[in-house]
Amino acid sequence: MTTSALRKPAPRPPLLEVSGLSKSYGTQIGCRDISFAIRPGEVLGIVGESGSGKSTLLACLSGRLQPDTGSITYDMQGRGPVDILTLSEPERRRLARTDWGIVHQNPRDGLRLDVSAGGNIGERPMAIGARHYGDIRSEAQDWLKKVEIDLSRTDDKPRTFSGGMQQRLQIARNLVTRPRLVFMDEPTGGLDVSVQARLLDLLRGLVRELGIAAIIVTHDLAVVRLLADRLMVMQRGRVIEEGLTDQVLDDPHHPYTQLLVSSVLQV
Amino acid sequence: MSPTAALVHKDDGYNFAYLDEQTKRMIRRSLLKALSIPGYQVPFGGREMPLAYGWGTGGIQVTASVIGPDDVLKVIDQGADDTTNAVSIRRFFQTVCDVAVTESTAEATVVQTRHRVPETPLKEGQVLVYQVPQPEPLKKIEPRETETRKMHAYAEYGAMQVTLYEDVAHFGRIAKTYDYPAVINGRHLMSPSPIPKFDNPKMEMNPAIQLFGAGREKRIYAVPPYTSVRSLDFDDHPFEVQTWKGSCALCGSTTSYLDEVITDDRGSRMFVCSDTDFCNTRQAEAAAAKAAVDKVSGEEA
Repeated sequence: MTTSALRKPAPRPPLLEVSGLSKSYGTQIGCRDISFAIRPGEVLGIVGESGSGKSTLLACLSGRLQPDTGSITYDMQGRGPVDILTLSEPERRRLARTDWGIVHQNPRDGLRLDVSAGGNIGERPMAIGARHYGDIRSEAQDWLKKVEIDLSRTDDKPRTFSGGMQQRLQIARNLVTRPRLVFMDEPTGGLDVSVQARLLDLLRGLVRELGIAAIIVTHDLAVVRLLADRLMVMQRGRVIEEGLTDQVLDDPHHPYTQLLVSSVLQV
Repeated sequence: MSPTAALVHKDDGYNFAYLDEQTKRMIRRSLLKALSIPGYQVPFGGREMPLAYGWGTGGIQVTASVIGPDDVLKVIDQGADDTTNAVSIRRFFQTVCDVAVTESTAEATVVQTRHRVPETPLKEGQVLVYQVPQPEPLKKIEPRETETRKMHAYAEYGAMQVTLYEDVAHFGRIAKTYDYPAVINGRHLMSPSPIPKFDNPKMEMNPAIQLFGAGREKRIYAVPPYTSVRSLDFDDHPFEVQTWKGSCALCGSTTSYLDEVITDDRGSRMFVCSDTDFCNTRQAEAAAAKAAVDKVSGEEA
């Protein structure tokens, strides 16, 4: 008994488990019959071309869209697995503000552009009850350091920041409450290649250091190659192939995945 | 039938207090709801009033709905009884409901105010009606009203704290001086209308009924008597009210809210009470006391 337990450790329970998730817009299919699980500390990549249902899926998962069918079970702290679709709206919003993070493709969607960088990071702690200015500020500055933004920019508004800095600030704003699950929608979209590389490096470091589970939606295969442990390939709202990232990218089985991998430009 | 329905003006046909009885009934229902949920903004069917939006249309609709023939009305604008807004609204009610009017806070049963809470403490049985230009305290942070309603419903007020954070980050202190947001009864965040933050502590545990009417935005809210009103702040930057170095140049008060008045074009200025009734009463009392002293000393001599 003990030896078998030693030989085969019990798998950690999934953090998020999705089964049979479908969402359509009228007759237009958003995503159909999606099932997967993600464990604590795991990074899952979702790739596919534009219109393949990636963003719809992410919006359903993060509670911004109501799926038509299916269930999304999340292992809540202190409560155990709960179907988040049965949660009341305030509970879901609270979960999204504390235990989750959402990094938008466009930092303008995730930041308050007329609030200073420090205020942007401080918003989540204040939303869950932080009332000491000094503490909030030092925590904000801690995070600015972590995302490599100069502390002299603490009181500057994000609209004066470059695109890469805005994206890093958005990441800091999300991670300040130490979420266990982060949703990222094209986190490197619209950034030039060298800035992308730095951002990816930073993200990889933070995700590993904090043990955050992440779901990253992107059309950029290089991003998932660097960040994701596992990969799901979507086409026309369905998952057509999934597996370990290297396995899927190096030995694609589905014709569409083969096309996707072969269309990456080599320098 | 309500008692005021019989008081239709014989000569001009206006109903008592201008509004028709059904409208008053609708507004009173909103007021009751507002009083039951302190600080919650109740939508109401705001009417066109013979006054431009921004001049107190919400306030006069609330006053018209609560005033009765036996009431004594006081109207103040920035603390003064004799400024345009106060005079025109007072005259309006004298015309449409023949109620007694006064400048004395102590004698009034209904006080309609723009931007001040009277210095004289209010008593049980008095009603204070505020004119509100913008009832939504979260408006500047979140322009979508669908979203602000949810934020109120779920008590998500972290974003409001962000505005205070910004003040401290840029100015080293909370720089907001008027329309200072407060949490009512430990639950709803409320805009106290643009009163100076000096007046926020007066709202706390006040024995009078405080009603707020926003005409353009068509919202009514209320603070019932003896309700907690907590102004937002930080633990290390607590809420503070304005202070002045000197005292009122007319009555010598050191405890009232002072207005700075420029007296010529060479930089001369004086500070006087913004509450004219309070200032006049104190001057009259001082004069009476001085006269009494003079009389006594005159008799002795």
